[in-house]
Amino acid sequence: MTANGWLQILFYSALLLALTKPLGVYMVRVYDGSMRWLAPLERVVYRLCGIDPEEDQHWTRYAGGLLLFSVVSMLMTYVALRLQAHLPLNPAGLPAVPDRQAFETAASFTTNTNWQSYSGEVTMSYLSQMMQLAFHNFTSAASGMAAAVALARGIARRSGGRLGNFWTDLVRGTLYILLPLSFVLALVLVQQGVIQNFAKYVTVTTVEGAKQVLAMGPAASQIAIKQLGTNGGGFFNANSAHPFENATAISNFLEMFAILMIPAALVYTFGDIVKNRKHGWALWTAMFVVFFGGVATSYWAEARGNPIHAGRGVDIVASADNPGGNMEGKEVRFGIANSVLWATATTDASNGSVNSMHDSFTPIGGIVPLVNIQLGEEIFGGVGSGLYGMIMMAVLTVFIAGLMVGRTPEYLGKKIQSREMRMVMLYVLIFPAVILTFTALSVVLPAGLAGRNNAGPHGLTEILYAFTSVAGNNGSAFAGLTGTTYYYNTLLGLGTLLGRFAMLVPMLALGGFLAERKTVAESAGTFPVTTPLFVILLISVILIVGALTFFPALALGPLVEHLLMGAGKLF
Amino acid sequence: MAILKRPLFDPPIVRRATRDAFAKLDPRHMVRNPVMFVVLIGSVLTTLVLVRDLIQGRGDIGFTLQIALWLWFTVLFANFAEAMAEGRGKAQAESLRRSRTLTTAKRLKSPADRTLFEAVPADQLRKGDVVLVTPGELIPGDGEVIEGVASVDESAVTGESAPVIRESGGDRSAVTGGTKVLSDYLVIRITANPGETFLDRMIGLVEGAKRQKTPNEIALIILLSGLTIVFLFAVVTLQPFAIYSGGAVPVPILVALLVCLIPTTIGGLLSAIGIAGMDRMIQHNVIAMSGRAVEAAGDVNTLLLDKTGTITLGNRQAVEFVPAPGVTREHLADRAQLASLPDETPEGRSIVVLAKQFGLRGRPLAEGSHGMELVPFSATTRMSGVNVGALQLRKGASEAVGRWVREQGGDTPSAVTSAVERIAREGGTPLVVAERENGGAKVLGVIYLKDVVKGGMKERFEQLRAMGIRTVMITGDNQLTAAAIAAEAGVDDFLAEATPEDKMALIKREQGGGRLVAMTGDGTNDAPALAQADVAVAMHTGTQAAKEAGNLIDLDSNPTKLIEVVEIGKQLLITRGSLTTFSIANDVAKYFAIIPAMFVATYPALQALNIMRLHSAQSAILASVIFNALIIIALIPLALRGVRWRPASAAAILRRNLWIYGVGGILIPFAGIKAIDLLLTLLRLV
Repeated sequence: MTANGWLQILFYSALLLALTKPLGVYMVRVYDGSMRWLAPLERVVYRLCGIDPEEDQHWTRYAGGLLLFSVVSMLMTYVALRLQAHLPLNPAGLPAVPDRQAFETAASFTTNTNWQSYSGEVTMSYLSQMMQLAFHNFTSAASGMAAAVALARGIARRSGGRLGNFWTDLVRGTLYILLPLSFVLALVLVQQGVIQNFAKYVTVTTVEGAKQVLAMGPAASQIAIKQLGTNGGGFFNANSAHPFENATAISNFLEMFAILMIPAALVYTFGDIVKNRKHGWALWTAMFVVFFGGVATSYWAEARGNPIHAGRGVDIVASADNPGGNMEGKEVRFGIANSVLWATATTDASNGSVNSMHDSFTPIGGIVPLVNIQLGEEIFGGVGSGLYGMIMMAVLTVFIAGLMVGRTPEYLGKKIQSREMRMVMLYVLIFPAVILTFTALSVVLPAGLAGRNNAGPHGLTEILYAFTSVAGNNGSAFAGLTGTTYYYNTLLGLGTLLGRFAMLVPMLALGGFLAERKTVAESAGTFPVTTPLFVILLISVILIVGALTFFPALALGPLVEHLLMGAGKLF
Repeated sequence: MAILKRPLFDPPIVRRATRDAFAKLDPRHMVRNPVMFVVLIGSVLTTLVLVRDLIQGRGDIGFTLQIALWLWFTVLFANFAEAMAEGRGKAQAESLRRSRTLTTAKRLKSPADRTLFEAVPADQLRKGDVVLVTPGELIPGDGEVIEGVASVDESAVTGESAPVIRESGGDRSAVTGGTKVLSDYLVIRITANPGETFLDRMIGLVEGAKRQKTPNEIALIILLSGLTIVFLFAVVTLQPFAIYSGGAVPVPILVALLVCLIPTTIGGLLSAIGIAGMDRMIQHNVIAMSGRAVEAAGDVNTLLLDKTGTITLGNRQAVEFVPAPGVTREHLADRAQLASLPDETPEGRSIVVLAKQFGLRGRPLAEGSHGMELVPFSATTRMSGVNVGALQLRKGASEAVGRWVREQGGDTPSAVTSAVERIAREGGTPLVVAERENGGAKVLGVIYLKDVVKGGMKERFEQLRAMGIRTVMITGDNQLTAAAIAAEAGVDDFLAEATPEDKMALIKREQGGGRLVAMTGDGTNDAPALAQADVAVAMHTGTQAAKEAGNLIDLDSNPTKLIEVVEIGKQLLITRGSLTTFSIANDVAKYFAIIPAMFVATYPALQALNIMRLHSAQSAILASVIFNALIIIALIPLALRGVRWRPASAAAILRRNLWIYGVGGILIPFAGIKAIDLLLTLLRLV
């Protein structure tokens, strides 16, 4: 670990803190409808789509709208990918995407996962990238944010189960937040050297004299929203490790920062909507502590390097001309600090873009991204989904510990009783159920085992990571697993859908139920949700619920691998 | 009701609970508790594996047998806890039943004529029948006195041996079946059919026969069931992972892991905690009509307390004599005492007592009672007094006495008027004393009657405030008096000159602001407010209407009990929450014991996770299962007694309980499992 590395990590953290409030305030105004600078455009959209912006929807209608929108747009993408060969903007003449892969990709982008079993440059035409994938990058992010805001409204008001209007939330989130930010970020990225063109692929002769085809395309515009909307699906297969996707140190910092910017600010937005900003900051603090712990652990493990390498005479000590540590799978341009920072941010948020290969991390360095996702993608988390995931954890915390103060547990003035708990537990249950069931199937079925690159505990980790990534709607790949089979395309696609919608519906139901409850007055007898003690408690619940569920699987995967590495064995 | 103070582990109750623990293995009963039901299935599964191994003569039979036995113990211990909690109630119900002997009632043909009756067995009386009860007889059923006044021994129900007065009309007209008339006679209209009487209901409640799960309990069961399902996924999918890693895990070990991980501690003790909460109410002589009421008591934000009897001693007492100019204090005291001699009210008596400080003890009898003519208090004159020969003495409200003096040609000195104002301002009641002897009347001075606030109330209210509970004093006094007493007692707010409508409006206003309201009441005019309040404690001495509107009945009829009721409610919830936290925190240590043990054969490197340095894989697993079972037994006293706590703010209570049950919950099993492991190794059981 170097002072320079730590400085960069601290700068990142400080900027995150600084931007949380201004962006948070802006988003409050977007979602309460008082931000009007694009009003003419907004009105046109409503008129064209026949939306009544004044309608206040019951949670069932809100959820119904969200599901309908997702299903229709997913089918649309499936069809477009299947017909790709016949559509314009396909200079490389790419054929139709195969059936299962088209299903998986459509599901994966609709759910804000962006798990990619394909290489962008040899599978997707420019039209598919821009009209389909980028479309989902915007709308899946906007619907996640809409759902989180809906839950916040349910907590804040008493409206007989009404949570606002899905269509206006979707339009406003896209129009006022995602589009302007992406526009600015894309321009800066282009300035930094990220490519943006419709050119044919270029064949060049390398310095060594070999011929190489360089893929082209409108990358910068895709990458801006890919980072801002916690999507993570790369334009190129190498994702943000590719120099055309991530050109300089500045582009690297901005892309990395864009991952957590909106999720962090949304926490402030939540605090403002529920009229308890201190609670918003308490959630923010809990998220930050776990985030920072992850970065520190991963940085320590990677900078320490692999003892087996050291034993064979490799110099793994950092110095002026040697990054030291474990550099396998990392870009020399970015080094260890920026790789672990990106890896932690991208897995804390359900982003999934990478600038290094997590598969090549040391076991402990690699366990951090895995555990981050297994904690439920709520350490800042996906745009919107991270916030509502964290709120679910806060409700769980308040319930478990709240009884200890001798009152019916209440969250921000709303009593938490059996109806609410049923939805929270459903939400908590689905995540491990999908991950563990699908992983268990895959480690015994021949079709599942066939996809591994490695045997032993590392192979288990690869499969576990894949299902964790899709169920958590992260989409990052541990790499090493060959996911382009009928079996994996189907199961992983299903995993993304369950991980998104099977959790979203109970969450919105909770919002609806809370909106039916009256607000209980706060007093000295109320469970405190703004104190450091609450933050510690919340972190403990997140860690214990996450750890207790996945500890056995982790013990047989990365943990044992780490111990075996100590004993000199690699996989 | 005669409350039997029993030791926690009373031998007859323990014997019965042990028997019941086995009876409760009935799957139809077990399925009501999902966590323990899973343990039951696990026990059956392990036993089946044991039988198979015995038949096939393979496997480690000694180890599987021990696992199976301890799994069964886990279920039985949980059942035992529940049976223990029920046992105490059942024992009490039995003693109540014994006191309910079958009596013969005198049923009147017509309410008007109490000479014409027929003898019928009490259990044939129906609602609306009218019966006559004479001294020495038991009242045959719950009813309303429609004629007569009698002293009644209610000790069978309340445990209070002093007889109480029951009379027709007013707030003392309700009688309870099974109580005994000591003097005079009562004509009673029966208001409850056999089987529905108060005593019947009480037996049912005490026994917990019809116990419904409370809202918080249901929500907690959902949490525990959810966690159980999560762990079920974690354990069931572990088998494929184990097979992948190179060795399937024997089923008993998987069951052992599952049982250790699911929250059996709280799952096993949950219903015992609920029953014990009701039981603690009964120990305080409060009958909860539902568990929901006990729970709601913990949530209360606002307490409405009647001033009289709750905050103050219930009667005003003379504390000072303020003489008029030209009158000695001794003279005033003497006259005031004389005027109060025939006055039987507590106020009157307190004047006599205060005057004794001026050496006025033995009065000549001649002056005392002979020739003394009593002038009783009336609502129109608003004063009372005596005429002793020519001497006329009057005491009463200042306007009333002032008018009397004016009529006799005297007047009230300004010093007296200002004394009256001062006393009123301080929350006291001024009583002006005047005399007339041969000629004009003359004001002698003022008696300062003061509402005496009960000792310790101020501290109590402070504790309540720390817990976030507001206290509101309800009184019929005027604004000025009420404010002064409220300040002295330290309540947060007061409602002066309160009518039943005001009280109702106050409750609705508080509830509208999202607060839960608790109150006590006894009169029929309290009934609507009692019905509206979230926690309503009806006095047992109160009317039938009040008792029906309340959801708790205080057999001692002590209005201060409301505060204890709130504390018991809180304690119930705290106990549940603390044991839930403890149960979940326990899992950390169990993982470190079992996971390395399970896979150390496949991956010897996992021995590094065996941070407790447990002897062997088998001893580690067995020690965890044994710890898991024994902790249920160890916590039964805590579940029955409730977690100890002091009134404090939520933040303070949370901090304390987190240390004990959260941090303690993580650490204790490390020590416990290690100790059991050492013992197992020492005894060569593994």
